[in-house]
Parts: sequence; structure tokens; C-alpha cells
Amino acid sequence: MKSRKPSIPYIIWMVVFTMIPIVMIGCTAFTDKNGNFSLDAFSNALFYSEVFLKSLWIAFLSTVICLVLAYPLAYMLTKMKQSSQNTMIMLFMIPMWMNFLLRIYAWIMILQENGPLDNFLAILGIPHSSYLGNTAAVVLGMVYEYLPFMILPIYTVMSKIDGGLIEAARDLGSGNVTVFKKVIFPLSIPGVISGITMVFVPSASTFLVSQYLGGTDDIMIGDVIDKVFWTDQNTGSAISLILMVFILIFLIIMNLFGDEEAIA
Amino acid sequence: MNRIKRKNGVASKIYIALIMIFLYAPIAVLIIYSFNKGKTTVWKGFSLKWYEALFRDDNIMNALANTLIIAVLASIFATILGTMAAVGISNFRGKKRMIIQNVSNIPIISPDIVMGVSLMLLFSFLGVIFGFEMGFFTVLISHICFCVPFVVLNVMPRITKMDRSIYDAALDLGCNQWQAFYKVVIHELMPGIVSGLLMSFTYSLDDFIISYFTRGAKFQNLSIEIYSMTHRRISPKINALSALLFLAVLVIMIIINLRDRHEEKVRSART
Repeated sequence: MKSRKPSIPYIIWMVVFTMIPIVMIGCTAFTDKNGNFSLDAFSNALFYSEVFLKSLWIAFLSTVICLVLAYPLAYMLTKMKQSSQNTMIMLFMIPMWMNFLLRIYAWIMILQENGPLDNFLAILGIPHSSYLGNTAAVVLGMVYEYLPFMILPIYTVMSKIDGGLIEAARDLGSGNVTVFKKVIFPLSIPGVISGITMVFVPSASTFLVSQYLGGTDDIMIGDVIDKVFWTDQNTGSAISLILMVFILIFLIIMNLFGDEEAIA
Repeated sequence: MNRIKRKNGVASKIYIALIMIFLYAPIAVLIIYSFNKGKTTVWKGFSLKWYEALFRDDNIMNALANTLIIAVLASIFATILGTMAAVGISNFRGKKRMIIQNVSNIPIISPDIVMGVSLMLLFSFLGVIFGFEMGFFTVLISHICFCVPFVVLNVMPRITKMDRSIYDAALDLGCNQWQAFYKVVIHELMPGIVSGLLMSFTYSLDDFIISYFTRGAKFQNLSIEIYSMTHRRISPKINALSALLFLAVLVIMIIINLRDRHEEKVRSART
């Protein structure tokens, strides 16, 4: 119990299966097919910069929508009875445990021509058409995939807010709005930060969602990595490396935010 | 506490209900169409034929078996490795500990696709040297990779919170180190170990991206089977499969919830 030895197998494991693969990505990105040093992979990767921006845009939209939907919801949850809070959280988690592909597949069914949405709108007199193949459908899919990841951290942080603080604010003459602005909102920031991270990172980097729900110009960076990697590992690695560096920078910025808020 | 709690109004109840509908409507659609006689989203009458077709489909049944075997093995192995790691890491201090924990978190924060691609590079490289092909074992190893960090994260707080003198007491009472660990310490860590195990199991079941890159040419699990089915043509067999998976998830969730409630009762009875 006081020995460090039990962690040795895992440390070796991490070196072999976490560190070395990342080093290999770096090496592959900076070499050409023959293994010589080269920056060609990066100049090839530049070709996809528009796709990269589009991915960030879709991820940004999805994150904002998730935040707007989840924040009030988390707040409402904290006002329920403890036992119903637990049940509600369970209900929000169940869809998340369905297979990722099945959840997208469900939206293909709903949005396709002659699907439930189309049939419903046809009753209202709107002509039949498919609602797949556009950016909105991709964002919808992303929000559906990752909304619980925004709800859970915000809820967790909010439910831990000391009731005494709210009581004190009330005793000092604060109304509901002031209590929210001066107590609940600032204390919920760490939850918001981790929610943003948990939604933005996977939605910027996932693949298939845009292939299934989006149109031809909704291709995202994950789809590009998938396509390119099988034929050109060097360019694939370069794109992966850029994606990873970008996400690392994003995480560092988010961390700075979190710390500053904690100090203030 | 109750005095400051203000109940939710009608507006917020409607809001919660709308979010619930948003989350569950797609699943309901999947399940409803699994009973459809027709092959498209046009309703042709009630039928169980897609369930029958599902159970007759050897590919799917085989893939399901693979998924379950991988999930069971990966979660057990990850739990053992992760629990040992957490015990060991808790004895590191300062910078060393920070470095180990940060490296351990890499699989959690790095995008799945990057992890999948990097493991594929490693396995194809090792495959050339040692002469093996990617398949069952490379998928298993990859799943263990992304499961262990969750076990460490779940067990670590239990170790920090644990009263270390109970371990010393066990030693004083004549246990050797190993006995003290499995007779005493492990009971204190159990809730963290179980959550780590369950998380590992569900993440392994749900994974598609990492299996996709590390599976080689032949290995099929459920996610990959679903992927190739949805790529070919939509088949209501997938709907039948979804309905059954949903049922399984529901049962698991209810069991976990009951376990948590039981634990809470035990805890409140103790104090």
C-alpha cells in the first residue's frame, strides 16, 4: 500500500501504448513515404484548411446550442427533490449509452424523405422532401450526440453549491436575479468550462456524423483523416498532429479560464 | 435547505419535457420501425420478422459475441491494471505524480480518431517486425488503453480519502502486505473499482472509432457491423437490434441505480 511498485505495469503500458504511438504520429508527419525528413505532408494538409475551419465552425455551433439548452436544464434539475434528480440524471444518460452509430442512424430515419418528419410536415401542406444533407442536420446530430456531456458537468457543479451561500445572499437582501448573477452563475463556471470541453473536442474531431447527415460540403476533419490515412499515412498523420495540437491549445486556454475564475 | 429551494414552475416542467422528447424521440422511432412489416419508413403493419432475421444473421450474432467478449476482457483487465496503478501512483509525490497522471489522462482528452490512428501506426509497425496481423488482440489492447484512465480516475479519490491507518492496523493484527490489501483495503476501494469497471465496460461496448482503426481486415464487432450495414442499405434489422440494445441498457441502468440507492442507504445507516 505504501509501495510504488504496483504502478510499474501501467507506467510501462503507458509508454508503449500512449507515448510511443504519439511519437510515431509525429515522426510519420515529418517524413515522406521513404522515411526521409520532409514537410510535404504539412503542405498537403494545408489543402484541407477549409475543411478544418468548417469543422471548427460546426463544433462551435454545436457547443453553443448545447450550452444554451443545457444550462437552464441543469439549473432546473437542482431545484428538484434529490431522488427525482437522480432519476432524471439517469434518464438523460440512457440515450448516451446507445451505440453512437445507432443514434445517428435514428436521425437518418427521421430526416429522410417519407420519414416521420417529412410525413408530418406533408400533413401541414409542405411538399415532400428530404431534410438530410445540410449543415443544420449535422449540427442537430452533434447536439443530440453530445448534449448529455454538457448537462452532466454543469449539473454536478451546480448541485454542489452550498445552500448556505444562497441563504446568506438572500439574508443580505438579494433578489432571485442577484442571487443568480452573483452566486450561482460564478460558481457554476467550472462546470460550464468542462461542459464546453467535453462537447467541443469530440464534435470537432468526430467522423461519420457529417458523412451520414451532411451534404458534400459538410465534410469534417475527422472524415478527411479517415479518407486520407488509408492511402497516405504521412499526410494523415500531419492532419492528426495539427488537430491534436489545436485541441491541446484549446484545452490550455479553457484551463486558464477555469483557474482565473477559481481565483476570482 | 428546503426553505431556499423554490419549486420549478410550469414553464420549466414543459422545458424539461421537451428536452426529454428530443432525447427519446429518435430511440422511439427506431423501436417503432423495428416492428414494421415494410422495409422503408412507410408503415406496412406489425411484424416481428426483423427480429427473426436478426437472430438468423450469423454475422451480427458473431459481432455481438465479439463485442461482449472484448468488453468483458477489456474492462476486467483495465480494472486490475488501473487499480494497481492507482495504488502505486498514490505513493508518488509532486512533479513525478503530476507527470504520470497527465500522461494517464492523454487517452481521455485526445480525440478518439487520433488515438485510433496512432495505435494503428504502432500495431502495423509492430506487425511488420513480429509478423502478426491486426485483429482481436489489437482491438482488445486498444480498448484496455482507453479504459484504464477511467479506472484510475475512479479509484484514486477513494485512496486519497481512505484512512491509511486501517492498513497499518491490518498489518499489526498479523496480516502480511498482500493479505492487508485484499482483506481490508480493497473493500474501502470497492465502490471506485466497481464504477471504473462499469464505465470501462460501457465505453468498450460503445466504441466505434478506435475499433475501426485497429481491427485489421477481418475482425468484426457490433459497431463495425452496424457501420457496414448502414453504409450498404438501411435495413430494419438494425432497428430490431437497437430495440434490444436499448432494453439491455435500460436493465443495466436500473441495476446500477438500485445499487447506488442501496449504497446510499448503507451509508446513511452507518452515520
